[in-house]
Amino acid sequence: MIKRVNFERHRWLAFLLLAPQMLILTVFVFWPAAQALMQAFMISDPFGVKSTFVWFDNFEAILSSPEYLNSIWRTAIFSTGTTAAAVLGGLLFAVLVARVRRGKTAYKLLVIWPYAVAPVLAGILWLFLFHPIYGAIALMLKQGFGIAWNPLLNGNDAMLLVIVAASWKQVSYNFVFFLAALQGIPRSLIEAAAIDGAGPVRRFVSIIFPLISPTTFFLLVINVVYAFFDTFGIIHALTHGGPSGATDILVYKVYADGFLGLDLGLSSAQSVILMIVVIALTVVQFRYLERRVKYAA
Amino acid sequence: MIERTPWLDRLCHAMLILGIAAVCLPLYYALIAATHTLQDVLQVPMPLTPGGELWNNLKTVTSNGTLGRQLTNSLIVSVGVTVGKISVSILSAFAITYFRFPFRMTAFWLIFATLMLPIEVRIVPTFAVAAHPLQPLAWLLETTGTGGAFEWLTGWSVEAVVKWSLLDSYAGLILPLTASATATFLFRQLFLTIPEELLEAAKIDGASPMRFLVDVLWPMSRTNVVALAVILFVFSWNQYLWPLLITTDPAMATAVIGLAKQISGAPEAVPKWNLLMSSALLITLPPVMVVIVLQRWFVKGLVDSEK
Repeated sequence: MIKRVNFERHRWLAFLLLAPQMLILTVFVFWPAAQALMQAFMISDPFGVKSTFVWFDNFEAILSSPEYLNSIWRTAIFSTGTTAAAVLGGLLFAVLVARVRRGKTAYKLLVIWPYAVAPVLAGILWLFLFHPIYGAIALMLKQGFGIAWNPLLNGNDAMLLVIVAASWKQVSYNFVFFLAALQGIPRSLIEAAAIDGAGPVRRFVSIIFPLISPTTFFLLVINVVYAFFDTFGIIHALTHGGPSGATDILVYKVYADGFLGLDLGLSSAQSVILMIVVIALTVVQFRYLERRVKYAA
Repeated sequence: MIERTPWLDRLCHAMLILGIAAVCLPLYYALIAATHTLQDVLQVPMPLTPGGELWNNLKTVTSNGTLGRQLTNSLIVSVGVTVGKISVSILSAFAITYFRFPFRMTAFWLIFATLMLPIEVRIVPTFAVAAHPLQPLAWLLETTGTGGAFEWLTGWSVEAVVKWSLLDSYAGLILPLTASATATFLFRQLFLTIPEELLEAAKIDGASPMRFLVDVLWPMSRTNVVALAVILFVFSWNQYLWPLLITTDPAMATAVIGLAKQISGAPEAVPKWNLLMSSALLITLPPVMVVIVLQRWFVKGLVDSEK
């Protein structure tokens, strides 16, 4: 879309205005992305001197390696767990805050602040609570319930720790959106239902929840994107993908294979697979946006 | 209030307090750890109330200057990325909504496509570009044999061009993060809602395009700019992957990276939790304060930037 009234006689200025954005995009986004695409179909020798074109060999190698399949599986568990916990947590807080009358502002503030904490720091804060030797919660579990909690040795414990840390931070984000959605519901609808004799629970199930379902769907997509891409710091600082690959999610594996394993071909093939995932998620998100426009109309 | 439900209300408050206690638990424990000596923190069980060592711990973590330096780096990078992103995207949104020129839609779709190329999926090649950004120029000079002329003209040798790198520099930390599809769209949406009559009036008064941008569009976008700036500041302060790759020198690392390196550096040794938590509190304070003080803008920015 363009303005009906516009500057027709300033072409050169338009190019000048676009130049900074285009320059940065070309150098730091398109050029590297094109290289990733190219290298995904090549094998380079360890010194990076010679590369040979090998068609889909890298993809075949990566998709048949048990480590990569493990990584896909771990990513699925991690993103499902994080998304479910964060969306449910955000919804619960939003419903409660929307309902109470006193202390609303204080409650809001106390739920929102974790958004400002870096994912890595969130991870470190939770590690401190769950550390097998001096973590307060870990000790409580051990002495109170006899559970020998150890995220440094046990894969499931490690997975739970990173899920808790990742979703804790995202609850505030979901809370903001759910609260906005709840406050956007016309009061007349709720009042009409109350007059018809529907209690608070019934009103939530039959009226409120269906009305905020577009927000819920949108948040599901956003949270999956978050769990896939923005949680690298938590994994990198806390578990390094371990113990024995238990938290080796896809984004961490691209990094590990590229920078620690120095295998450009395999790492690039993984990059391309991740690009396909992002494109799919973006398409889903925009299909949803179209639908939301229809809701409003 | 629709009906009187005193018991349900009380239950709501009780659940909220319980939930918030769970959410704030890590912060509370960080605070306890930051206010005790290491021996006290490592006691079993750990003390449950804050102690009096906060000042000493803070003094210890800031004594050698690294943390102070890294906090300054974080501030420079966050302000740089925020200002950079906003100016770059306001300019390009202005160009694609108010100018008619060839390849206008191409430019729009190119910017749109970057939504699908987050840095996480192109880590290795982006790092390679940042390590040797002028490699293509050097290659061009060598293949065309104009290296000598270039050296004579600019006074730089071809080797210097190849070696020049963005690693461990503010430019390297800031530049790759300054392009933004989301911010560009935000401003584009905003400009599309601005009445056509304003530009007609400005044109009649003889305003140039830049004049129109500065005197009409900028004042009208100010609230959106503030809201966006809050989000971007928090986002850049908390960046992890890119600063981790681009900096090797602790003096150029951001505060978040500095702290994370202390944790993952020595997995076997007992970390000095009291000091770690003191640094963690210091590092988290700026973005949390921004969010709390500018809460209204923060919420607006969050909702705006996802449309």
